[in-house]
Amino acid sequence: MKLFALSILIFWLVAVVLGRVTGLQPNDIDLNSILAAPNAQLWLGADDLGRDILARVLKGVEVSLWVSVTVTLVTMTIGVFLGLMAGFLGGRTDKILMQITDIFLAFPGILLAIAFAAVLGAGLGNLIVALCLTGWVSYARLARAQTMSLRNRQHVIAAESLGASLSRILARHILPLLASVLIVEATYSLASVMIAEASLSFLGLGIQAPNASWGAMLRDGVRYMLVAPHYVLAVGLSMMSLVLAINLGGDYLRDKLDVKSAQS
Amino acid sequence: MLKRVLGVVPVVFGVLLFTFLLIHLVPGDPVEVMLGDSATTTDREALRADLGLNQPLIQQFGSYLNKLAHGDFGLSIHTRQPITELIRARYPATLKLAIFSLIIGLAIGVPLGIYAALHNGKWQDLVVTIISVRLSAMPAFWLGPMLMLVFAVWLGWLPVSGMESSASIILPALTLGFGLSAILTRMTRTSMLEVLNEDFIRTARAKGLSERQVIVKHALRAALLPIITIVGLQMGSLLAGTVITETIFSWDGIGRLLVESIEKRDYPVTQACVLVIALSYVVVNTATDIAYRFADPRVRSA
Repeated sequence: MKLFALSILIFWLVAVVLGRVTGLQPNDIDLNSILAAPNAQLWLGADDLGRDILARVLKGVEVSLWVSVTVTLVTMTIGVFLGLMAGFLGGRTDKILMQITDIFLAFPGILLAIAFAAVLGAGLGNLIVALCLTGWVSYARLARAQTMSLRNRQHVIAAESLGASLSRILARHILPLLASVLIVEATYSLASVMIAEASLSFLGLGIQAPNASWGAMLRDGVRYMLVAPHYVLAVGLSMMSLVLAINLGGDYLRDKLDVKSAQS
Repeated sequence: MLKRVLGVVPVVFGVLLFTFLLIHLVPGDPVEVMLGDSATTTDREALRADLGLNQPLIQQFGSYLNKLAHGDFGLSIHTRQPITELIRARYPATLKLAIFSLIIGLAIGVPLGIYAALHNGKWQDLVVTIISVRLSAMPAFWLGPMLMLVFAVWLGWLPVSGMESSASIILPALTLGFGLSAILTRMTRTSMLEVLNEDFIRTARAKGLSERQVIVKHALRAALLPIITIVGLQMGSLLAGTVITETIFSWDGIGRLLVESIEKRDYPVTQACVLVIALSYVVVNTATDIAYRFADPRVRSA
């Protein structure tokens, strides 16, 4: 399983690099090959404007990875900071933060991200903002729960009584113990942010034409499904393999780092 | 129980406040964004007054709540129809889709979960678990087009999209139901495994009951409780999942209304849809929680 996941990830990495090196053009329009089936020149065929689907799929991975890494890093930083503070300080700080997260969790699935993206307007930057605004909640809950259980460990109490500052205790005595849980959570969130990005782009709220995005490509693929089923199939299978590989990687890390449950 | 219901109040208030503030998050002037460049100053001022945007924020929130209490969501900017009517027209379709998906999810998930539990540790268990874990990771906007490709385009068994024939509901319901069934399979399996180790199951077997009776009458009944909870919790996510599924299959529910309103920059409609979906979610979650307490005396005092 580990090998399988790793080989898919390496495959995509190599493909993206090769696509760059060989100069595949994701935005070149060729009116002679509109919705062309896969052939020797266009390995995955062409889309509704005669653009190379392979080139666009590879460009899409790049954008998708870039968005998910950015969003994961930002949301993790914000969420962990808030969670650490709430879990360690307790009392009022904790109550207020929990109340806010409760409100955020009252919006099911990606509804909140849709709402943010809707009012902020479409586009890559706003998409990232919308995903960041909604993504920090799970990290905050996770970090808070973990910090609360670590709060009264002897090494923390010892550091406190030695007069260590709050930031030192959090950074040196608590955060390192959270690392493995956070790494596992971050891996899964890479995959889920990728899906959220594609969902929003699918709804027309994310990355805008002519830039390639898997969500938007799937939507166009559905539109031309009757005449060019290869379009939706190519994007669909690419997406499945990548999401699968990242989740398998998450499972592997979870077992390796012995994290019992990343959810709380 | 009362505490649980009262605990919802601040959440509902927060949801109301959030959806109210949503329109104020629009960069620049929301009226300008909604009406576009061609609108006259009179039009703009009329809309501004109509939406109450020229009043102080607190007063705006007050009248927003007051209107909502009377079931008034205001008017759609695009069609000038009352939004309450739009939602009333679309909500039943979403509910129907959600219930159908739930039935499909249960019909696939529960038997598979029992099957996996009965073959615990054997290859059948492994296959079921892998499929269910992986399937639940695939989003609706992936599964929907794939099902459409296979069953509507290649096999031609079902309509591609729309709501014309009664068979139209099958593909969108399958799209949502498969994702749900994956979660239900895992929950049923875990729950059954726990119950199968209980003393009363051993007693039932020792009494000489047939394996079928042991499983259906004794084990499944006890294992059902956590499954009900999951169903309740997932019902809310189903409502949210309909946004994408309805868009894929041109299903005229509230999710599609939401997406259409975003495309037309009809913010009051967007606001109302987000509010209705979120409140449905909160209500279903709370109801599930209360039903669970009723059903299981062990958690009643907790």
